[in-house]
Amino acid sequence: MSKELYYNTGKIAGLIVGRDRIRIPIWLISITLMTIITATTFPGLYPTSQERQIIAETMLNPAMTAMLGPGFGLDNYTFGAMLAHQMLLFTAIAVAIMSILLVTRHTRTDEEGGRIEMIRSLPVGRLSNLSAATYVLFGTNVLLAIIIGLSLYALGIESIDLEGSLLYGAALGATGIFFTAVTALFAQLSENSRGTIGFSFSLLGVSYLIRAVGDISNEALSWFSPLGWILRTEVYVNNYWWPILLTVGIALALLALALYLNAIRDLESGLLPAKPGRKTASSFLQSPLGLAIRLQSTGIIAWAIGMFILGSSYGSVLGDLEAFFEGNEMMRELLSPIEGFSLTAQYLTMLMTVISIICTIPSLMMILKLKGEEKKNHTEHLLARAVSRTRIMGSYFLISIVFGFLSLLLAVLGLWSAGTGVMENPIPFGTLFNAAMVYLPAMWIMIGVALLLIGFVPRATGLTWLYLGYSFFVVYLGGLLQFPDYMGRLSPFGNIPKVPIEDLDFTKFFVLTAISLVLFVFGFMGYNARDIQG
Amino acid sequence: MTVLRTTNLTKRFGKFTALNGVNIEVSRGEVYGFIGPNGAGKSTTIRVLLGILKASGGEAKIFDKDAWSDAVDIHKQIAYVPGDVNLWSNLTGGEIIDLFVKLRGSNNKSRREELIEKFDLDPSKKCRTYSKGNRQKVALIAAFSSEADLYILDEPTSGLDPLMEKIFQECVMDAKISGKSVLLSSHILSEVERLCDRIGIIRQGKIIETGTLSELRHLTRTSLLVETKQPIKSLSEIIGVHDIEKKGQALSFQVDSEELGNIIKYVSQFEIMRLESAPPKLEDLFMRHYEGVGENTNKGRDES
Repeated sequence: MSKELYYNTGKIAGLIVGRDRIRIPIWLISITLMTIITATTFPGLYPTSQERQIIAETMLNPAMTAMLGPGFGLDNYTFGAMLAHQMLLFTAIAVAIMSILLVTRHTRTDEEGGRIEMIRSLPVGRLSNLSAATYVLFGTNVLLAIIIGLSLYALGIESIDLEGSLLYGAALGATGIFFTAVTALFAQLSENSRGTIGFSFSLLGVSYLIRAVGDISNEALSWFSPLGWILRTEVYVNNYWWPILLTVGIALALLALALYLNAIRDLESGLLPAKPGRKTASSFLQSPLGLAIRLQSTGIIAWAIGMFILGSSYGSVLGDLEAFFEGNEMMRELLSPIEGFSLTAQYLTMLMTVISIICTIPSLMMILKLKGEEKKNHTEHLLARAVSRTRIMGSYFLISIVFGFLSLLLAVLGLWSAGTGVMENPIPFGTLFNAAMVYLPAMWIMIGVALLLIGFVPRATGLTWLYLGYSFFVVYLGGLLQFPDYMGRLSPFGNIPKVPIEDLDFTKFFVLTAISLVLFVFGFMGYNARDIQG
Repeated sequence: MTVLRTTNLTKRFGKFTALNGVNIEVSRGEVYGFIGPNGAGKSTTIRVLLGILKASGGEAKIFDKDAWSDAVDIHKQIAYVPGDVNLWSNLTGGEIIDLFVKLRGSNNKSRREELIEKFDLDPSKKCRTYSKGNRQKVALIAAFSSEADLYILDEPTSGLDPLMEKIFQECVMDAKISGKSVLLSSHILSEVERLCDRIGIIRQGKIIETGTLSELRHLTRTSLLVETKQPIKSLSEIIGVHDIEKKGQALSFQVDSEELGNIIKYVSQFEIMRLESAPPKLEDLFMRHYEGVGENTNKGRDES
């Protein structure tokens, strides 16, 4: 029986490790480096416990709780407590993303590409591929837990002790294992890799939001989120191990379900039913633009809803924030109020950077779809007909630009409508709108970078994500970790004036826009002059 | 009138030379067979002709326009079927047919329905559920329901069953009768023999043989199977006889087409009881070219 199901699992696991011999180390090294670098900056930034206490005060507000999770040990804000509070949640999300992408790659993507069919024609068990993929990912996450745990301890920073460090690593590993199981399950339900990734990321997003809302309003709600469990380890403060066991236990149950579903379903089918489609194309579909929209319609709708929710979840804490600023004298000093602007409005500018970077993600996905289509040999169908390259690229470009604007708008709408509900002195819509829209040129530059890469080095389009990740890191964490100024300037998002606190600098605005235009033009030129691959 | 012409067409991918001076000429109303083994450069040539790849050297012209710089104009009058049809998995076959036809320009609804029925395709199914043959049908229906002047078909029947292959051949013949031109790349040689007026054989990025089928047949041999009352003496010494093999009582051998008369005359001295002949096959020519230039490499290719 088990031979029927699991034969040659080890060899397939070996194949997976071989295929990812570069990919997995890159993930492990990046996540470990991110953690270590952050930890090592703390002693330099806040040498005395007094300084740490001041930071703890600024952390003690609902917005921070929503973003980072509840702060444990804020009354004695040691380096360890600081690290766990500021970094654990975001690092856990990075680990979850790693697990989702890697599991999908080795399950649905391979199945869709017909590679599993070939594997299954060999003497291999029915569940061998799924179990091999999960074993490799479990191994990767355990390895990550050990590496992070030991290297944090090896830093020898006061209060970053061995047990806490191991638990910190274990919390990350457990998150990875949980999302490995979740993705394995969705890979059985959905019929294709896009759906698998979509469902898994949705669950991750919902987990984050439920935890955010739960942490500031009703703790019981946070218990519905796996990210909530992870934070309840209270690393470096109380060091609870049972949330790890809980997370891993539920993950194993989910995995068992995934294996069961995998055993009862047909290869290349999903358990969510597919309905018969149209016999003819609607007139909307019959153009490259219509096709591009149709292919991404699910993504467009999902991201639109997501952006509105993102905005309103930030908006819903604005009332608490306002009350908090009112009653906290030190905070008022720290933010040094500027004439005519409420502290909340100032806080918003920081929020806008984050929102605009998140809004850039769908925009980039939509332009990079052009390269994905080329790789799948789809572009040549269009080019073999009376369609120019400029028209094809233009269609994706248009969607990307328009949706970039729309997602900012939806986020602002969410922020404004939720904020108006909870604030005593609501911020006018116009103020929020302007504060968000100044980020458009930065978004355009990111799209321009993507276009340029598609036009000249389509293999390297992944660099766009690296650049966006860098932007997020320096702009969002740069202030906290006190990076040098020029590091922020290297990102388009670091050059945007913080409206309404800073004046709108039109020269800067035009320079950024001009740069993006140049990138666009070169991107189109490159695409028109190169071989289509695939 | 020449519809398609490549002159000394060259394409390099880095250091690798995929096309090394390819010359093709397709006239109006002609079906041109483009044959060669895998990796010889057939698809690369076609993709250069479609302006998807940019030539490194030489010239590719369709309707006297440049295949790269006038691609969009050219494509208004051509229809293309790739060998490996990758479609959008979440669109239905019907939707894709409409999209493809619309992107070319014209639209012939009645022809579309007729072809869907002929090829026996369910257009309401999502493409991810289609087999290779069905995906190919989608591309073929889209191509033949457009009013094109030139059809470029890259191994269009590799996944079709014999019945569908026959329908495909009818479509090509219809196109030819109405004065359209076809560039048909294939390695199903019987199909090429049946459909094509002229043939070009490509190998390692070079056209090594080109001409009409009957011109090429001069280069081929007829297979004979002869049974005689008396044993045939010293047959191997006769000019133009190759690959003699004993088959029971009979002898099978191949003869050069131009020596056929002399050989029959010689053989008939020994009182023929049975004589079977098989026409020269493109396959023999093909094999001779591909198995190296060796004379005796295609031993015992018995066509009875």
